[in-house]
Amino acid sequence: MLHFLQKLGSSTRTNFAKLGRATYFLGHTLTGIVDVALRPRLLLNQLHSVGVLTFLIITISGLFVGMVLGLQGYNILSDFGSEEALGIMVAASLVRELGPVVTALLFAGRAGSALTAEIGLMKATEQLSGMEMMAVDPVNRIISPRFFAGFLSMPLLAALFSMVGILGGHMVGVGLLGVDDGSYWSQMQANLDFYDDIVNGVIKSIVFGFAATWIALFEGYDAVPTAEGVSRATTRTVVNSAFAILGLDFILTAMMFGDI
Amino acid sequence: MQHTRTQDTLVGLFVAAGIVALFFLSLQVSNIRSFMPADTYVITARFSNSGGLKVKSPVSVAGVRIGRVSNIYIDKETYESVVEMSIESKYDTLPEDSSATIYTAGLLGEQYINLDPGGSFDYLKNGDRIEITQSAIVLEEVIGRFLFQKAEE
Repeated sequence: MLHFLQKLGSSTRTNFAKLGRATYFLGHTLTGIVDVALRPRLLLNQLHSVGVLTFLIITISGLFVGMVLGLQGYNILSDFGSEEALGIMVAASLVRELGPVVTALLFAGRAGSALTAEIGLMKATEQLSGMEMMAVDPVNRIISPRFFAGFLSMPLLAALFSMVGILGGHMVGVGLLGVDDGSYWSQMQANLDFYDDIVNGVIKSIVFGFAATWIALFEGYDAVPTAEGVSRATTRTVVNSAFAILGLDFILTAMMFGDI
Repeated sequence: MQHTRTQDTLVGLFVAAGIVALFFLSLQVSNIRSFMPADTYVITARFSNSGGLKVKSPVSVAGVRIGRVSNIYIDKETYESVVEMSIESKYDTLPEDSSATIYTAGLLGEQYINLDPGGSFDYLKNGDRIEITQSAIVLEEVIGRFLFQKAEE
């Protein structure tokens, strides 16, 4: 019994210590905005590896998610004779929820894990300590550009996901199933609000991008510098990002759309 | 770094595609016009029952939306529902003796306020109150009355 309590206390303390380190790390990363502003090339390189390389998986997934929504939505809506509402159904679910959330989950899997592995390996091979020896701040130089790249990429990726998804739904709904083209778009435009839906969706994706990138970078930076440590850190990145994204999604949804 | 130009181009394309997507969502998917904070003035109406009316429900004249419901609260003394409506300033020629009715769009659709213009040459101004109102039709009440009548026959 005593042993159990001891373990509980120890793991609680470990977790709080980790949260503290993560917060300090975030502050340190944010100060790196000066370095990023002075060396835009660093940011550009990271935008390439975080954003451009994630582009393909996001657009393809978006297309398929939109097509599935088109099919499923049509099947249900046609029972009620309201196939024209397909546009609003596809667009609302993409813009409000699926766009930001699925993009963030894919982003954590594709870009987040790569960031953790890269930083963790840099630590394991003592490249970060090497920079410190040369009086270069590794957090500002290595971490910050990656953080801001992730932070900037996520809203763009989520918007792309939603756009491609809506076009995918259009392809299936209008192209294959014969929903009227005009009502697909007009129902969407009549019922989606710019501020309530689009802006809130973008805010969500910014928050998710912030959280996912922060977790990925911190796990890499905090990894035990061994092969096993890096592999564990990568796993933790994906798991913790997924938790953070879905948890934050509930809170944000309750704040934005709920009547709570 | 090698291939810098290719990388720059790809990043540029990526950012451009993202911005195009944002514009697509704003312009093609949503009703951006309702975001423009158009000049509005507020009029109120009192209903004995405002039914399923909600904040942001449309206010229309002859089927054209001219504003939205901006606030609904209950009058503590008369127990009436007070509905505040924001009407776009360009529609500033609503006669004072207009009447407000709560209708339902379709059988199960959302409820909205329909204004029936009267004949007066004095127009409603900011803060004015519409005197003639007709409450929402509550389906249960109608069915109840119908059944009651049937039973009497």
